[in-house]
Amino acid sequence: MTATERVPAIDGWFTTSEPYTLIGAKCTDCATYVFPPRSGACPNPDCDSMELEPAPLSRRGTVWSYTENHYAPPAPYVAAEPFEPYALAAVQLEAEGIVILGQVAKGVMAADLSIGMEVEVDLQVLYRDADGVDHWIWTWAPAAPEASA
Amino acid sequence: MATERDLVVLGVGMHPWGKWGRNFVEYGLVAAKAALADAGMVWRDIQFVAGADTIRNGYPGFVAGSTFSQAMGWTGAQISSSYAACASGAQGMQSARAQILAGFADVAMVIGADTTPKGFFAPVGGERKEDPDWQRFHLLGATNPAFFALNARRRIDVFGDTPDDFAMVKVKNSKAGVANPYARFRKEFTLDDFAGSPIVSDPLRLLDICATSDGAAAVIICTPEYAKAKLGTLEGTVRIRAVANTTPTYPQVRLELPDIATDSNAVVAAPALGFKDSVAHNAYEQAGLGPEDLSCAEVYDLSTALELDWYENLGLCPEGEGASLVRSGATALGGRVPVNASGGLASFGEAIPAQAIAQVCELTWQLRGQADGHQVEDAKVGLAINQGLFGHGSCTILSK
Repeated sequence: MTATERVPAIDGWFTTSEPYTLIGAKCTDCATYVFPPRSGACPNPDCDSMELEPAPLSRRGTVWSYTENHYAPPAPYVAAEPFEPYALAAVQLEAEGIVILGQVAKGVMAADLSIGMEVEVDLQVLYRDADGVDHWIWTWAPAAPEASA
Repeated sequence: MATERDLVVLGVGMHPWGKWGRNFVEYGLVAAKAALADAGMVWRDIQFVAGADTIRNGYPGFVAGSTFSQAMGWTGAQISSSYAACASGAQGMQSARAQILAGFADVAMVIGADTTPKGFFAPVGGERKEDPDWQRFHLLGATNPAFFALNARRRIDVFGDTPDDFAMVKVKNSKAGVANPYARFRKEFTLDDFAGSPIVSDPLRLLDICATSDGAAAVIICTPEYAKAKLGTLEGTVRIRAVANTTPTYPQVRLELPDIATDSNAVVAAPALGFKDSVAHNAYEQAGLGPEDLSCAEVYDLSTALELDWYENLGLCPEGEGASLVRSGATALGGRVPVNASGGLASFGEAIPAQAIAQVCELTWQLRGQADGHQVEDAKVGLAINQGLFGHGSCTILSK
């Protein structure tokens, strides 16, 4: 028996080995951040830079807002059958000054979340395709206590 | 007071909103003919046609200006077609107004119509990994209601709003919509109805979220000279004081549809005026008017909670006090500044390219005193505001 193949649901947005982090882009000139990552022009209108380089983002952030989907989203979302409600959270990364939306780790629902709560990046299976390949996505998971020094 | 340059709304017309399942062109024709009849004009009089596009009806939708022109019968008129999602109709207004103010036409028709599928709006088909709309659906299942819900949750946690405050918006708008013959849902809802309404995206229930509808609207605008020659006088005419279509200023730090992330404020500080505030601000500047001048407003209540945001963006109340304002009755018919006297999206559902044009139709009827059953008393100045995907803010101000 072979292990299930796993691939990121989208390339280049997050690391696939621990410690899991989101990967944004950072301007080589003015140092502003961009997510999702991309190449090309800096979004800062006062910066002429055409160079954005990949940049790992903070693993932890605080919940800016959250919700819980009670109906299966339409395609191209691949919804499990039967559909199970799940939560989404928009999370503020302080150092990068950016809010990033993501699914919340399975089993953590809206009632478990609050604005300002600390969360961190984890990965989970988004869906398994017809060939049996698991497509992985980043999630926001309640932050584990910091390991003591 | 309107200035000499302020264009005149000569005619307005709509096809009732609903879920008719017919070709969108058919609805557009009804609206166009109604607007022509209202203006006392014939199709050949229209010198410029500004179509508001729809991406949901194939090629005819993408090139709505020519689609409607062909359906009405080619006349060799000048033309434009615009897509800006929910603000498409406002782009049409801007295009027609600019063409007239530049002196290239005296009279123009702005027209939009849509036929919508059932259920959630979904992106157009195909695997398009570079498209933020595809990304947010495929990777996150972040539907439009999910974005509305993130915003509603912020209001609850930051301002202390309650789900009942949101429901009050629907109660108010549904009551106004009962009297509007163009509204799709002409049923009054009460707070009690919300308990039985299923949660779609927590904390929002089905009744908090606007439906998707079929519908069409058309507006005919012209120079003051054209109107005077036609009507004999400008007395009592409805004038266009502002059409301000505005983009955000970097960094846009508010998470907005359909983006997965905000801009970064790590290097550049957020602007003093947030995006939606700036949309209203620019229109007020253009009109030389302020929130205190408004008799009524039509705002984009995609969700009940969003209407409360608009109160604050428009300056009808300070930030965080939207819920108190709706509770006070100030924004209901008979109140200080009725909002969505048409019944709003709560009563219409959204027919994307037609909606911003329908807002102008409603304001025109209000300013003329023709909004039977939902008339704002002595309406003198009306404002319509909405927002299309990726930062198409739009705001139109009309006055008598």
